[in-house]
Amino acid sequence: MHHPLPAAALEIQALCKRFDRPAVDNLDLKVRRGEFYGLLGPNGAGKTTTLRMVAGLLRPDCGSISIFGIDAMADPVEAKRITAWVSDEPMIYDKLTPYEYLEFVAGLWSIEPAEAERRANDLIGWLGLGPHAHERCEGFSKGMRQKVALAGALVHDPMLIILDEPLTGLDAGSARQVKNVLRERVTAGGTVIMTTHILEVAERMADRIGVIAGGRLIAEGTLDELRLKAGKGDSSLEDTFLALVAEQTQAA
Amino acid sequence: MTTASLTFLAHHEFRLAWRDWWSMLTAGKRRRARIVVAIITAFVVGMHFVALSVVGQFAGIEPDADRGTLVIITGCALLAWSLMMSQAMEQVTRAFYARSDLDLILSSPTVSRRVFAVRIGAMAISTMMMAVLLAAPFINVLIWRGGARWWSAYGVVLAVGATAAALSVALTVALFRTIGPKRTRLAAQIVAAIVGATFVIGLQVAAILSYGTLSYFTFLKSDLLVPYVPAVESLIWWPARAVLGDPTALAVVLGIGALLLAAAIVTFSARFGEHAIAAAGISDAGVIQRRRQGFRTVSPKGALRRKEWTLLRRDPWLASQTLMQLLYLLPPGLMLWRAFGSNSSDVVLLVPVLVMAAGQLAGGLAWLAISGEDAPDLVATAPIPAGFIIRAKMEAVIGSVVLVFAPFVAAMALASPHDALMAATGIIISAASATLIQLWFRTQARRKHFRRRQTSSRVATFAEAFSSIAWAATAGLAAAGHWQAAITGLVAFGILFGARAVSPKTA
Repeated sequence: MHHPLPAAALEIQALCKRFDRPAVDNLDLKVRRGEFYGLLGPNGAGKTTTLRMVAGLLRPDCGSISIFGIDAMADPVEAKRITAWVSDEPMIYDKLTPYEYLEFVAGLWSIEPAEAERRANDLIGWLGLGPHAHERCEGFSKGMRQKVALAGALVHDPMLIILDEPLTGLDAGSARQVKNVLRERVTAGGTVIMTTHILEVAERMADRIGVIAGGRLIAEGTLDELRLKAGKGDSSLEDTFLALVAEQTQAA
Repeated sequence: MTTASLTFLAHHEFRLAWRDWWSMLTAGKRRRARIVVAIITAFVVGMHFVALSVVGQFAGIEPDADRGTLVIITGCALLAWSLMMSQAMEQVTRAFYARSDLDLILSSPTVSRRVFAVRIGAMAISTMMMAVLLAAPFINVLIWRGGARWWSAYGVVLAVGATAAALSVALTVALFRTIGPKRTRLAAQIVAAIVGATFVIGLQVAAILSYGTLSYFTFLKSDLLVPYVPAVESLIWWPARAVLGDPTALAVVLGIGALLLAAAIVTFSARFGEHAIAAAGISDAGVIQRRRQGFRTVSPKGALRRKEWTLLRRDPWLASQTLMQLLYLLPPGLMLWRAFGSNSSDVVLLVPVLVMAAGQLAGGLAWLAISGEDAPDLVATAPIPAGFIIRAKMEAVIGSVVLVFAPFVAAMALASPHDALMAATGIIISAASATLIQLWFRTQARRKHFRRRQTSSRVATFAEAFSSIAWAATAGLAAAGHWQAAITGLVAFGILFGARAVSPKTA
């Protein structure tokens, strides 16, 4: 029986995680299917902790996470099957080539080899990795490594892509390639959640933006909605963001 | 404010070394300090009992010893020297290739020559201290049973350490200048492994060829060697005489050690920084793999196993790090070869050697596969259960060990099927035990930090070593038909249960 996809790609309810202090504090968050969602917040706000819990890399202390209707805590394997995670520090294998890396990822996600190879070749082409496809990754620059990691995240055609600061340390050309690939995924119906400190990127790419501080969602909406909430009129996202965070800090 | 003095730099260097060492012992946890102190104390006391049974009877040897005694003492000193040399080469290579504080040092107004002089000195002292720690129980027993003249043995250990450190710096720099920074990294590791193993293996090979035994002392004491060595008056015996308490010999040996170390510091400290910069600047780029068309059909488990095998095959550090372990298999191999057509009862002696080597090799491979996972997030976010991942990695490790040891067991089976069965069982159990210990003490580390794997947990390192020894003894005794195998087997299980109990996952 084929179930229709739920409207929410990700639904987080009352999520919490505590280390020596609360990192995520009763967080509620909903990301719609086919949306590019920007998650912003100051350092230590709980963005990465939240996303790591969604990706199944950290176990929450309380709350629930649902990915396309799948309870990620009750059935993590099924949730992971449709999710991809890319961190700010590209973790790839130095002694594998991009081609071998993508073959390995396809094996982990049990993708049919011919289909996986077709996707891998497409991604290698789109991300400009063609000349280095059969070269070991050990000498690659940060940008190249990040592109290999991104290709690995996309080769199994995930429905939800979670990216934590994916543009950190990339040159303008590489950043443009990554942004284009992500935009295309959203156009094709995929859902992207991305944290970034580059507010201009969030401003230009995100359909909706969530601002998180002290482990809680303090504001959410389109850029215009956030401006309205911050009472900042035609100001930039940077001014809006700073005003929202300052308001939260004062309230705390 | 003046530029940093030698004292200031030495203080900085030793503070870092001390904290590094202490953190290595306590795994960075303050509450473990008491346990660590208790374990060290127990180990030191235990080693004194071992030393008493090994060297206690020799405490009465006088400085005017005969040639046979001088040969054995010199042989032991050369063995210690080769191991210290190997350790020192490791340290020098690490100092060249670890970028760490290089940028800070070279961008500061400090005279870099001074910094590297202190660094070479620190490496020498570290080598000497390690040797002193290991030799101390034996020397203390000799002092207790034979008198104060045995204090001179400490002086010889220091001199041997200084010589080893000086020569290792010279050898590494020579490699650097001859074959360049890129090749030196691997070459120095291999040379260190060979230097550390050659002396003992050489003696074992000589003992096997002449007497059919693995004991190198047999050859040192044999008529094939002793009658042909120089007379007792020869200068070659001065280190041995120094050990026995001859003050003139001790002064000369210490003087030579200090002189060589000072010469190495003066000669090489000036260009040490240049070499370190060259080493830091090398690129690994340009390794092109053979182009292969078509992704292969594999299960997630198969993909994990194949990835592990590919990475193990391409790991340059692994080759050098396991080389010494594999070199130690040469004498057993030679002994097996000799066993054909002669008395096959010798083959039983190889069972513990193979089982011990399998445990050690498996420990290294397991660290790489389990802790040295370079893409932990990728593997953890894959749609497969965590237990599935661990099983695939363990299979990759055990499979590799089986691949290495299968030819030995097959050869052994031709000489003695019973011994081969015991060896095969021991190899698998020993390898599985070492793998389990690495699993219980797993940390998240980069693969390139393999050489520092022992530093992540001393408990794991000792548990792995003692488990391999206990399984080796069990397999050896079982192969020889001794009931005591049951006792050593229980000890091995005890070590495993103990390791599991104190491991971070259950502590």
